[in-house]
Parts: sequence; C-alpha cells; structure tokens
Amino acid sequence: MTGQPLLRVAGVTRRYGTRIGCRDVTFDLWPGEVLGIVGESGSGKTTLLKCLSAQLEPDAGRIVYATRDDGPQDIFALSEPRRRLLARTDWGIVHQHPVEGLRMKVSAGANVGERLMAVGARHYGQIRTSALDWLGRVEIPRDRIDDMPRTFSGGMLQRLQIARNLVSQPRLVFMDEPTGSLDVSVQARLLDLLRGLVADLGLSVVVVTHDLAVARLLAHRLMVMRAGSVVEEGLTDQVLDDPQHPYTQLLVASILHP
Amino acid sequence: MTDTNALVLAGIGKQFTLHVQGGVVLPVLSGIDLAVAPGECVALNGPSGAGKSSLLRLVYGNYRAQAGSIRVGHRGGWVDVATASAQTILELRRHTLGYVSQFLRVIPRVPAIDVVAEPARAVGQSAAEAEHRAERLLSRLRIPERLWSLPPATFSGGEQQRINLARGFVVDFPVLLLDEPTAALDADNRRTVVALIGEAKARGAAVLGIFHDGEVRDAVADRVFAMRPPALAA
Repeated sequence: MTGQPLLRVAGVTRRYGTRIGCRDVTFDLWPGEVLGIVGESGSGKTTLLKCLSAQLEPDAGRIVYATRDDGPQDIFALSEPRRRLLARTDWGIVHQHPVEGLRMKVSAGANVGERLMAVGARHYGQIRTSALDWLGRVEIPRDRIDDMPRTFSGGMLQRLQIARNLVSQPRLVFMDEPTGSLDVSVQARLLDLLRGLVADLGLSVVVVTHDLAVARLLAHRLMVMRAGSVVEEGLTDQVLDDPQHPYTQLLVASILHP
Repeated sequence: MTDTNALVLAGIGKQFTLHVQGGVVLPVLSGIDLAVAPGECVALNGPSGAGKSSLLRLVYGNYRAQAGSIRVGHRGGWVDVATASAQTILELRRHTLGYVSQFLRVIPRVPAIDVVAEPARAVGQSAAEAEHRAERLLSRLRIPERLWSLPPATFSGGEQQRINLARGFVVDFPVLLLDEPTAALDADNRRTVVALIGEAKARGAAVLGIFHDGEVRDAVADRVFAMRPPALAA
C-alpha cells in the first residue's frame, strides 16, 4: 500500500473516572485496509472505536484523519460542525444493534435516501434509484423499499444499516460487532456480503469483534486488546495461527470447533 | 550468490512458547540455511515433527521467526519476511508468494470458481480473464463442471485439495510453497500436479515443497533438503 495512512492514531487514552477504557493505543490505518480489533468484553474495544469515530473524546492522544480536501487533520482539533460534516460525508458507522443505526419510524428507502440528502442530494428520482440500487446490493428485495424496518428480520435490518452507511460512499467505516446480534446462518451471508463490498469499494474499515472467525474472514490485520491495552498486533493469520502473547494464546485456545 | 536466487533463508530459528501450558518451550527449527533459485524445485524431506510445514509457514509469513532472515525476491528488490510489515507481506503474497496448504479454508457461500479466480483478480486481471484461467485449471484438475458454481464446503478432501491447488496456480507466482499438494489425489491428478509444477519451473518459478509421495518427489525435485526433528539434531 502506498501514499499516506488514512488514519494515524497516537497514544489514545480514555478513562471513565479512575477506570481505564483504553490506554495508549497507537496505530496507522492504510487506504483499503481492514483492521480487526479483538478481545473479550470489557477489553476496551468499543471505547477505542467510539474515540476513533469521534463519538467519544479521548483524554489523551491524537487521531489524525487524512481529509479529502485539507490533508491530515486532528479530528478533535476541528470545530464541532466540521467534525460532524466529516462523519456524515466520509465515514460510516455500523452498530451492533441495527436499531441504533436506523430510523425505525421511516421506510427502508427513506433510511437509505436520508443519508444521500444529508450529503446534498436533492433530486427525488435519483435518490430513489440509488436507494433501490443499494437495497439490491445488500440483497434486500426491491419491493420492500416502502416497508417499515420493523417488518424486517434481524439479518435484513443489519443489511439495511449497511446500505444506509455505504450509499454516501464513505472512505472509512467503523463496525462494532456487525454480526454479533445475528443467527449463525445469517452471519455467513452478511460476512460474505461485507467482504465483497469492502473489496469492491476499496473501503478502509475498523471492525471490532469478539469472534475470531469473523476477524479471520474480514480483517487484514489484527490488534488484540486486554484491559484497555493493545497486547499484540500483526497480520491476521499470523496472530491467530502463531499467537505470541499469553492472552492471545488463551483466546485462540478457547475457540470451540464444531 | 543471492542475486541468482529467488528465496534465501539464513539462520532460521523457530520455537513455540506455550503460555497456556505453563510456558513450555517447543523448539521447532534452528540454524536453517537454504536458497532456492528460479526454475528450481527443492523438496523438504524428513520425518514428521521435523518442522517442514512450519518452515513453509515461516516463509509465507504465517508464523513468526525468532531468528534469521527470510529474503524473497520481489519486484526487483528483496523483502525479508521475518521483519516486513503486515502491508508488505500482504503485497508479497498477492504478487510473489503462492502457497498451497494441505487444507482449504472455506469461505461461506463463495462458489469454487470464484475461490480459484480470486488471486487472479487480486493481481488486477479482469473478471473474464481470471474466470477463464480458473476454468482451465479446474478442468485440468478434473473438477466436474457441475461443482464449479458450488461453495467447496461440502466437497470431498481430494476435491478441496484440487481447489486449493487451482488457487495456487491461477497466478504465475515467482515463488511457490507446496505443502503435500498430492496427499489426497489419485494417480491421474498426481500426474497433472507434476505437470503443473514442471510448467511453473519452466517459466522460472522457484518451488519449495513437501512431497511425501516418492514418485512425485523424484519427478519434480531438483534437490532434497534433509530436515530432522530438533530432539534428534545435535
């Protein structure tokens, strides 16, 4: 990979009172790269993801994002409106529970179209065409466009959330346990869909998961977190097949194989 | 000397420290020096436990070396897999290093033809070109056409191994790592694999492999590199 990192993260720390959320996290994310963050609940994965996606301000450290127009910018040095604009135009956030990322009171089509309007689209016909196209890409039947999300299954809701995030052509997508709330049979379909979309669109992704099989399928590189700190990082298959840190070895040894 | 080689291993050392088992240290490899030239096939030979598969995994970057260097010729320069970044190793795997493991890691829902074509797409071939190459290999390896559109999860061991082989030969990799590529194959398919390896050598590929089948080894290997389990080594 060439050029400069899309995201440079240096010494990011976030505390909750005296308790550590995440501590001194440093890494670069390159264009087109999928970084997996693994670890048990409470290891600081989600806190870190919230800091990276500007939902939570770190107590220390810098998060520098390579903007399209103004080069690298410290996201917490930007004004609140600029940071919001950046999040809306350049980033996507896929939540574990689709209801957190969707508006349940408007139709599927509106959920997708709304994102386009937020980045300036005004032509109704074009917005509807894009929404239909994206429903197709995430394998939601096109005749469901006017249905309310509450009539969708869990797997469909998660795919709708992904369509809502990708329709505005973000460069960086944050995912928090994207398959975590789904049945295993539905997970495989979503994983395969995500792999294809990420590769086709050349997206950079930071994906948090406690599921090492999900990490192996999606991520190029892994960071293993424990008690708020990164204990090991490297090529995904290297971390999983030749884990060095005692905690990573314990994680890998604890996987159940059917 | 190194200029004429495609792959140069020097002083490779590898051990596993099993923290979950009270910190037991398992020595696997030490002091391995080995070079493979373009067009040459070197067979790793030795009893099980000698570290043959581990050595291939080290070269592929799947295992981390504790000592030594693993230099691979890549786009006119050298990459040391032992110290390279994840990004560099991924690029090396995309363009230079082919690896056929014993077992296919199946991706849910992806049809066999796409599993095979994927490495060709990754080096920038068009979808049509990649699919054409994949079809040719699947035909040569006698995978019935009715299976091409199915995910290989339910295929037999021999069929999965041939899917893996097709994936490894769909790109003309300059360096090929083959871990018992014929273990589950019948005589006809073994002959096909021997032919594929011969063609790869003829176009200048450096091949490092493990071949338990003596006939296959004799047919493809220019040289045998003998390995011993660490306990037996002095």
